[in-house]
Amino acid sequence: MDTDAIKGLGTAEKDQLRFITCGSVDDGKSTLIGRLLHDSKMIYEDQMQALARDSVKHGTTGNDIDFALLVDGLEAEREQGITIDVAYRFFNTPRRSFMVADTPGHEQYTRNMATGASNAQLAVILIDARKGVLVQTKRHSFICSLLGIRHVVVAVNKIDLVDYRKEVFDRIVGDYVAFASTLGFTSIVPIPMSARYGDNIINRSGNTDWYHGPCLMDYLESIDIESEMQGLPFRFPVQWVNRPNLDFRGYAGTVASGHIAVGDEIVVAASGRNSRVKRIATYDGDLAQAEAGDAVTITLADEIDIGRGDILARPTERPEVADQFAAHLIWMDQEAMVPGRSYAFRIGTQSIATGSVTHIKHKIDVNTREHLAATTLGLNEIGFCNVATALPVSFDAYEVNRRTGSFIMIDRYTNRTVGAGLITFPLRRATNIAWQPLSVGKAERAELKHQKPCILWFTGLSGAGKSTIANIVDQKLFAMSRHTMLLDGDNVRHGLNRDLGFTEADRVENIRRVGEVAKLIMDAGLIAICSFISPYRAERDMVRGLVEEGEFIEVFVDTPIEECVRRDPKGLYSKAKSGKIKNFTGIDAPYEAPTGPEIHLKTIAQQPAQLADDVVKALIERGVIAAI
Amino acid sequence: MNAQNINKPDTHTLPRHLRRLEAESIEIMRDVVAEFKKPVMLYSIGKDSSVMLHLAVKAFYPAKLPFPLMHVDTTWKFREMIAFRDETAKRLGVDLIVHINQDGVARGVNPIASGSSLHTQVMKTDALKQALDLHGFDAAFGGARRDEEKSRAKERIFSFRQAGHVWDPRNQRPELWNLFNTRIRQGETMRVFAMSNWTELDVWEYIMLEKIPVVPLYFARPRPVVERGGTLIMVDDDRLPLQPNEKPQMKKIRFRTLGCYPLSGAIESNATTIEEIVAEMQVATVSERQGRLIDTDEAASMEKKKREGYF
Repeated sequence: MDTDAIKGLGTAEKDQLRFITCGSVDDGKSTLIGRLLHDSKMIYEDQMQALARDSVKHGTTGNDIDFALLVDGLEAEREQGITIDVAYRFFNTPRRSFMVADTPGHEQYTRNMATGASNAQLAVILIDARKGVLVQTKRHSFICSLLGIRHVVVAVNKIDLVDYRKEVFDRIVGDYVAFASTLGFTSIVPIPMSARYGDNIINRSGNTDWYHGPCLMDYLESIDIESEMQGLPFRFPVQWVNRPNLDFRGYAGTVASGHIAVGDEIVVAASGRNSRVKRIATYDGDLAQAEAGDAVTITLADEIDIGRGDILARPTERPEVADQFAAHLIWMDQEAMVPGRSYAFRIGTQSIATGSVTHIKHKIDVNTREHLAATTLGLNEIGFCNVATALPVSFDAYEVNRRTGSFIMIDRYTNRTVGAGLITFPLRRATNIAWQPLSVGKAERAELKHQKPCILWFTGLSGAGKSTIANIVDQKLFAMSRHTMLLDGDNVRHGLNRDLGFTEADRVENIRRVGEVAKLIMDAGLIAICSFISPYRAERDMVRGLVEEGEFIEVFVDTPIEECVRRDPKGLYSKAKSGKIKNFTGIDAPYEAPTGPEIHLKTIAQQPAQLADDVVKALIERGVIAAI
Repeated sequence: MNAQNINKPDTHTLPRHLRRLEAESIEIMRDVVAEFKKPVMLYSIGKDSSVMLHLAVKAFYPAKLPFPLMHVDTTWKFREMIAFRDETAKRLGVDLIVHINQDGVARGVNPIASGSSLHTQVMKTDALKQALDLHGFDAAFGGARRDEEKSRAKERIFSFRQAGHVWDPRNQRPELWNLFNTRIRQGETMRVFAMSNWTELDVWEYIMLEKIPVVPLYFARPRPVVERGGTLIMVDDDRLPLQPNEKPQMKKIRFRTLGCYPLSGAIESNATTIEEIVAEMQVATVSERQGRLIDTDEAASMEKKKREGYF
């Protein structure tokens, strides 16, 4: 087959460059992309006609074609004239195929830019020649740098509007290089251009005869994106175990970095088990060697336990394995990140059901790179945090390996992707504090007491009747010679938790500590009765997650807010309503009712003693205690 | 297993950009199989589906495809497409589910009398939702590409659908690195576009180099057509009502995209090989979707259809 005869088709050397364009609303970013597509003949006649129609309707360029309209995809944003999300564009030349992430420059910038930059090898940062280096330019450059982009084109756009003057260009370039020197870019290439008129985009422009560098397209086609991933240690995150029959057990995945050959020794990072590569299987035949980017299926000489989430590496170059690490965290959700709250994590192919940020060391002002103190992380904020996961994970520093050093955080209830993390280094604390094995366990202690230890967790609004009912339950169990311990919300705040207030972050920590104490009490073989407003579902479930299935019994003391306000036993509601108490649950802080409590007590027209009896009955039914 | 090797290419000579796209698609497919309970591959018989299926065979080799193919049949596909579909399923030994919206058939919905918009809504969008619910699939692969159309350019690779299969473009999950968020709740589903980053040229080049079979309608041959409003419509069977002055003519035509035959515009062409198709593409002046009559129904029509649950 004579493929060379076909124009535009690549040779074996044709590769792909993925880049991101960054700029503020009026820097001409969309115009630049539209121009690249148009001038590289990627726009067809019907699209041009649609564009001409749209230009009259929505355009901002008078009678000229508005290239920005080519790339502004969704109906809503065409009307508002803004790009609200990340869009991907494609164009081809015989030498390279290009994928451009187009990200908006307005308030959602951090989240969208981080998304676009996460898979980009190069960034084109636009600067309006009339305005020079702005705060936004610095912000975009910082985010690119943080996300690991090492090559930057500084596109000094709208050079036509400053009469193609060399000194304007030189001044901007000087300013940029001065501030970007600490951002760790390997290359910075400034190009004067006019996206609207096409100067220095596809061809060198006669209007800037003082400029001797490459035009944008030439540079994008020729920049050597040396395969950085090839030179790194071998990493193979296992995606899926391929087991079609008893004779074949293969580990399917994509080589994240480095290379491996048949016969090479490997180690499973988390378990430390060793073996050798037996086959590197693909549909197109077995390979002798696989390198970064190859999707293959590896079989090993020995039968060892490997599953999705394991990382194969060379025994001499292992990734870190830890359950605590420091990371930069980019928060992407309306609901702020609160330390202590549990989230689901995905790190490579590893899914971790629960983990949390234990501490925010500082947050970073993206405009000035200043470090600021923070207790929570809001939408589009970037923080440097300590993270703890329920199980140890295998990883590398993001700076070294983007594929094995990144993670996302997921809200466990809505399943939204809420955070993006870049791991900096492991924290060794976890490995230094080993579990001390105890000879007498929970089961033995419980046996002695003739009961099944559990956490009996009363939740509900202030004034709902939690403490009253919990107290009666405690008395009744005591009368039945059961061994209990009651933890009350108000009481622990006098001692254990006296340093905590009522902000969301402090409430999370309050419940975390109480949960741990309740677990210790339970380990002693006791029934831990806990009475806490505990307004957030996430924290109640965190305590549930600390103990085994069936050991956490949620008791929802269900009293409507109107009734609680009417009762107001401690006068707190009237104080909250007059603004004397802030963050009061039900008034100016939320209460998330349990969706499936083990015991549901509706208190209206009921006596506390009767409700307490109901709880005791439920405990007997559950086999926690025996009936007398 | 042997049946899957019939089209195995003799050499491995893909250019690097295609190798990268191939590996990326394979990685996405493996993630779906590892994370979802009951995936399905939506197979539309077109060139993109042919490539998607080929990629899937590669992804799970030497195992059999760990999910079935499903074709949502509007009953108005070209006869050659249906023949190709059945032959492909047989050749590769894969499970094929064909779903037809029988309610729509009973109501007599068709592209000619009902109009393309209602036909597409009932026989494609509603039919797809029906089929996904009927079988309880929690993830569905589709062959859509970002370069096809403006609203596709912002689509995620893992496109989350609320219960009812609704797509909310303002409520999409951010997608960073290759870390896809695969978590869903009961009743929610995921559409997965494993070929998001392929272009039309990539698809043809890959078909050529990997020798992937495609429906013969992509190649020029004399076929009976009528011209309507500047569009060439092939008279594939006697269900197409002809105007008194209309007489089918034999013209050498081919299709750039395939769908329901009364809604697919043909182009006059001499391209009888993939090499010639690609060469024609290089000088083409209109985009591939232009031949699709369903996209021009109303402004932003693709976005509207997608919100309602269209692929």
